[in-house]
Amino acid sequence: MISHSANAPLIEAKDLVRTYEVRQGMFGKATPVRAVDGINLSVMPGETLGVVGESGSGKSTLGRMLLGIDPSQEGETFFEGKPMPKLGTPEWRALRAKMQLVYQDPLAALDRRLTIAEQIGEPLAIHKLVPKEHRGTRVAELMVAVGLRPDQADRYPHELSGGQRQRVVIARALASRPKLLVCDEPVSALDVSIQAQVVNMLRDLQEKNGIAMVFISHDLKVVRNMADRVAVMYLGRIVEEASSDVIFAAPLHPYTKALVSSVPVPGKPLKGRVILQGEPPNPANRPSGCAFHPRCPLATDICRASVPPLRQVADGRTAACHLVAGVDQPVAA
Amino acid sequence: MVSNNLVELRDLKVAFDGIQVLHGIDLTVRRGEAIGLVGESGCGKSVTWLAALGLLPGKATVAGSVRVDGQEILGTPRSVLESVRGKRIAMIFQDPSSSLNPVLKIGRQITEALVLHRALTGQAAKAEALRLMDMVGIPDTRRRFDLFPHEFSGGQCQRLMIAMALAGEPDLLVADEPTTALDATIQAQILDLLIELRAETGMATIFISHDLGAVSQVCERACVMYAGRIVEQGTIEALFDNPRHPYTRGLFDAIPRLDGPRERLIPIPGTVPHPRDLPEGCAFSPRCSHAAIDCRSRRPDLSPMDDGRLLSCFHPVSHSTDLATVAANRVAEAVS
Ligand SMILES: Nc1ncnc2c1ncn2[C@@H]1O[C@H](COP(=O)(O)OP(=O)(O)OP(=O)(O)O)[C@@H](O)[C@H]1O
Ligand SMILES: Nc1ncnc2c1ncn2[C@@H]1O[C@H](COP(=O)(O)OP(=O)(O)O)[C@@H](O)[C@H]1O
Ligand code: SF4
Ligand code: SF4
Ligand SMILES: [Mg+2]
Ligand SMILES: [Mg+2]
Repeated sequence: MISHSANAPLIEAKDLVRTYEVRQGMFGKATPVRAVDGINLSVMPGETLGVVGESGSGKSTLGRMLLGIDPSQEGETFFEGKPMPKLGTPEWRALRAKMQLVYQDPLAALDRRLTIAEQIGEPLAIHKLVPKEHRGTRVAELMVAVGLRPDQADRYPHELSGGQRQRVVIARALASRPKLLVCDEPVSALDVSIQAQVVNMLRDLQEKNGIAMVFISHDLKVVRNMADRVAVMYLGRIVEEASSDVIFAAPLHPYTKALVSSVPVPGKPLKGRVILQGEPPNPANRPSGCAFHPRCPLATDICRASVPPLRQVADGRTAACHLVAGVDQPVAA
Repeated sequence: MVSNNLVELRDLKVAFDGIQVLHGIDLTVRRGEAIGLVGESGCGKSVTWLAALGLLPGKATVAGSVRVDGQEILGTPRSVLESVRGKRIAMIFQDPSSSLNPVLKIGRQITEALVLHRALTGQAAKAEALRLMDMVGIPDTRRRFDLFPHEFSGGQCQRLMIAMALAGEPDLLVADEPTTALDATIQAQILDLLIELRAETGMATIFISHDLGAVSQVCERACVMYAGRIVEQGTIEALFDNPRHPYTRGLFDAIPRLDGPRERLIPIPGTVPHPRDLPEGCAFSPRCSHAAIDCRSRRPDLSPMDDGRLLSCFHPVSHSTDLATVAANRVAEAVS
């Protein structure tokens, strides 16, 4: 078997689209909502891509689509260069061992009737990865790797704290030695002191095992700490993407600017920061042109009329805004 | 003479089914000031104010004293409590949709609050309700007066909750994690609104939050709580520039930054103890990097320091040296 090249993306998504039928109010007719509206992205082996954006911007939908759990109506996903097999097929199930999902709510992800050792060992049994007699050793290794004590093996989920439960979920996700981990708000439900423990643990695991990660969160500070590169989503589309060092230090897209400036920084007064006017958009009622224009302090006529394409604005950096010049383009008048 | 003290909590204690969760809170809220309450979940931030306002379920045992303008309200008849709640002290919660009645039109809910607290009726009540909606930044109030809560976004529901809280023209607004469930850009709007309203109305604010950044923007003073006690209290400058309790310091260190190098975070080891089995001595001692032997047998009192802050610790973080060590470590890390 030829192993996949380290210079090629581990996972690559091309023009992904996911539409849901959503009912407006109790008696309203169903309208299609494009939750994910033409997304292109790629993640290299061992790399962490952060995904940020408002509630409803399509982050979780995108995360599920990358793993093939949520089917795409348009576009394609490639894992190690090969098209993603269809949900539920034996090929897809085999691939699932290599890509795992970690959700925000560990209690919902765990079975309250099984001990944590049983749950961490589950993927080993399902994917027949480790012979039965060695499973105990591997489970103990995994528990140590995520910072659980082996003597906690016989506990049940409700006997653990929130942070410990999330460690169990992560240990289970790691059991099959995945190459990709999609983490959807993995630390959002945790207190800051525990959040820092889990973030450090994820970073260590990643450095040690070279796992690639898609890290979804609405917490910009956590994403910056975790991610090498960050994609900002707005109404189902990526509006800016850059390395995490530059995107927070020098955001280009007006929405990214507003996001960054809305993070309260001790000592910096609120006044003088960009406080967006208006409400988050309704995905069922997508504004014309640039979807951000009703809230954008810089919007002009062209913004209402035409959709700004996501284009390269610098090396390794893209943005979708009429006022941000592309590499080969002058700023629109 | 009217005292400057609006609300005084003294030795406020709460137990649920015999397990004590609040171990004696002392806090004075002066007229017009904004105080932040921070600490990890379960440390007693909400219970403090639910107890003060008589909003805890029957199985809760509350002891101590809660004075509003010098008048004791703890253990007083319902009628006294009800004249304080909403009218003198209003409280808003994290999840606005659960505090609004889903089957009543918004305008009607605000009007009812006005009838109850200010005896306004008819057109006067409606006009005032519209004014309040306008004041909290709801656009197009006349049309939206007759809408139901589900027809508003999360951020707008929180604005409406604030409008209802303002209906009684309270002297104190207790905002319990009012922005936690909201998106970052909407959070910033609500913080801005709270700051503006206080400037306009002069009401005092208690801002409960686990977001230290948000607290520093809304408040002048903050209390850090741990395991049912206040462990440090002081001005925002004192706490942020020079945290002295190891727990306060730990909270700051655990937060990732949006600028500077992407360093490894410094977590607080271990977890918050269950109220049922609090450690002997200082409750923070099992997690504390400064703990010495005495910390495990004796409990430090909350005592005033030279700079005016209150601190409960035998071996506080000494500003200069510790900062220097941390800075040195950071440099070492960056170089290696
Ligand atoms: N199963 C579903 N059926 C119908 N609509 C859905 C479904 N899942 C998501 N949506 C809609 O798709 C859009 C994107 O949702 P998604 O959950 O991906 O957002 P998100 O960015 O993860 O938000 P959050 O930050 O709140 O988790 C939203 O408008 C949502 O209401
Ligand atoms: N209704 C209740 N019944 C039993 N225990 C409660 C109740 N409300 C709060 N507690 C307990 O009281 C303590 C303080 O809770 P709370 O004030 O809600 O914390 P927070 O600081 O997160 O607001 C916790 O241990 C919590 O479990
Ligand atoms: S395209 Fe126009 S409306 Fe959209 S972000 Fe840029 S300036 Fe704002
Ligand atoms: S009293 Fe001791 S254990 Fe408690 S915070 Fe201070 S140094 Fe740490
Ligand atoms: Mg989501
Ligand atoms: Mg609370």
